[in-house]
Amino acid sequence: MAKDKSYMHKEAIEAAKEKALLMSKMTDTTHKTGDVRHDLLLSIKDLRLHFETIRGPVQAVDGVNFDLVTNKAVVVVGESGCGKSSLAKAVLRLLPRNVAHYSGQVVLRDEDTMALSDEEYRERVRWVRMSMVPQAAMNSLNPVLRVGDQVAEPMIVHFGMKKEDAMQQAALMFRNVGVPVDFLTRYPFELSGGMRQRVAIAMSLITGPDLVILDEPTSALDVLTQANIFNLLKRIKANLDTSFILITHDISTSSELADIVAVMYAGQIVEVCESHRFFTVPRHPYSAKLMASVPRLREREEPEFILGTPPSLINPPTGCRFKDRCEKRFEKCEQEPPTYRFGDDSVKCWLYEGKSEE
Amino acid sequence: MMMQTEYIEELHKDDALPSETKDADDGFVLNIDNLKVYFELRKRAFQHAGFVRAVDGVDLQLKRGETIAIVGESGCGKTSLMKTILRINKPTGGTIQFDGEIINDFKKNELKDLRLKIGYVQQDPYGALAPFMDVQTILEEPLKINGVTDREERIQRVRQVLEEVRMTPVDDFLRKFPHQLSGGQQQRVVIARAMILNPILLVADEPVSMLDASVRVEILKLLRALQEEHNLAVIYITHDLATVRYFSEYIFVMYAGQVIEKAPEAQLINETAHPYTHALLAATSDPDPKNVDEFQEVPAGEPPSLVTPPAGCRFHPRCEKIIQGLCDIERPPEFDLGNRHSVACWLFKDRPALREYSGVSE
Repeated sequence: MAKDKSYMHKEAIEAAKEKALLMSKMTDTTHKTGDVRHDLLLSIKDLRLHFETIRGPVQAVDGVNFDLVTNKAVVVVGESGCGKSSLAKAVLRLLPRNVAHYSGQVVLRDEDTMALSDEEYRERVRWVRMSMVPQAAMNSLNPVLRVGDQVAEPMIVHFGMKKEDAMQQAALMFRNVGVPVDFLTRYPFELSGGMRQRVAIAMSLITGPDLVILDEPTSALDVLTQANIFNLLKRIKANLDTSFILITHDISTSSELADIVAVMYAGQIVEVCESHRFFTVPRHPYSAKLMASVPRLREREEPEFILGTPPSLINPPTGCRFKDRCEKRFEKCEQEPPTYRFGDDSVKCWLYEGKSEE
Repeated sequence: MMMQTEYIEELHKDDALPSETKDADDGFVLNIDNLKVYFELRKRAFQHAGFVRAVDGVDLQLKRGETIAIVGESGCGKTSLMKTILRINKPTGGTIQFDGEIINDFKKNELKDLRLKIGYVQQDPYGALAPFMDVQTILEEPLKINGVTDREERIQRVRQVLEEVRMTPVDDFLRKFPHQLSGGQQQRVVIARAMILNPILLVADEPVSMLDASVRVEILKLLRALQEEHNLAVIYITHDLATVRYFSEYIFVMYAGQVIEKAPEAQLINETAHPYTHALLAATSDPDPKNVDEFQEVPAGEPPSLVTPPAGCRFHPRCEKIIQGLCDIERPPEFDLGNRHSVACWLFKDRPALREYSGVSE
């Protein structure tokens, strides 16, 4: 068995090295040329994550479904407290202690990862095939360890690589994300916010995963730094096969990376929409309101705000969860709306009853 | 007997009187001239090791009823500027004239009166509110400190100000603690606290950056309404150019401790002059599906150290339009472009200079 493992690791190390080398030869394109494979990478089915609290279970993720193909970026948008970050935690199985209920399917390339034990999951999925750039990544680095050691750690822990080799790989990754290589021996406090963010991205990419989950990667950064980070992510997406799940509340900057937009409201995904359509005419009334609330630099329209507050996730309203804030509500909204499909898009709203194109 | 809140208003009037005579000259609530705020660096607690030049030669004039925005990246000195206006920091050089008086060397009791007239809205509402005080206690505090001893009167004013910030019905909120309020409601309480002493100047330091997009607009509209109702002068400090537009008529762009461009809002966006402002505007995205197809233009490098800022124009190491032998040697004066638009950039050296900065900058 142990022999088997090392063999697997050797392969994984080679793959990771190859990806890093590929990254170092990145060209300045935003889109891949030639043949692009878009096969199904991740399929989430009825994912639920509830937390136990004194006042009752919080239904943070409540029946989420969506698919993601390789080399695409899906953006999950929604107001704070809608369960976006919990969704990321549920997909990567980074669960806190107070979990009340965790179920559903997370299928990664034909393998249902929910069926794996924690140990198998840690060994074979987390940071090997899926990794994450956590929220406030700039503060999530360990302040007492050199950043180079932190970036190299996944290679040592997951693939049993020798320290020196792992450091070499880390140096290559630093170069790839635009951090000077002599920063390897620095501590996080010696780096600027943008540099720390790049380090966190290097850490998430070092094992050459298929999928990277970015949780609010730029919300604490300045506009110019933010633009830099998005340029880097675009370049990675165009040159590697990496897919992204970007979790954010900032709709303006999300349009820099999005191929698909998933709108989350009160623990549920209410709309999945291809980005070109979403940023012009979104389907769900909540998405439309959300788009109208964005202050724009280049247009003269006054932004509007959404009246009311999102519902509590402890006792979410029955029927459509947005109905109390919706201008287009009618009698049907008292019942839970089904999800109507429009090709690859979908929307969870009674307004589209009988209009779907399967 | 005079109500004590009226007494505070009366106090304002008294203070306004001497300044009104000066109003004839300039009419400015706030007049900042060549302000410098340096922080001393020390090695081993005693040895002098240079200065952090947080604010280095800033001019700013503000009239009653005007709203200006100060835009810039973190570390450009916008918060230091604001803290100096509130006299939390002491100016190193230059003058700040507020309501007709020069406040550079105000003593403690004078500062108390000064801060009565300046409302301050903090960036992070949750951090700005004491977690163990309920809304009523939080809002009563400034009144107590400023001598409103009558409880009934205090509560009356608290209710009035909560209604002004649209936290109705008031009774639902008086006994709530900050953690029981949503982010938007917390920020409303912070605004109410800033407004409770009837200030004439409101300083808002990134008031919406911690809030959800859907709430941001609501808070900005509220600030705008309060500004109009009370004819306030407002300084809005932000790094987000997209929200500035809905709030201020006049924009200051700061870079490395200096104001590099001043213009009315539409002018700044449509006739951008300074290369740095260009870069800021280019990096601000609107939700547009075409964004994925192209890279954003970003100037190379990072903002300079404020301890040893580059000579000449502070943006020159990152600027593509650099004029060698000029930009890297001499600090550009402020050139007038007409329509209240001015820029500190040598590209406009054929325009009349509004203000020279003497000699080679240190």
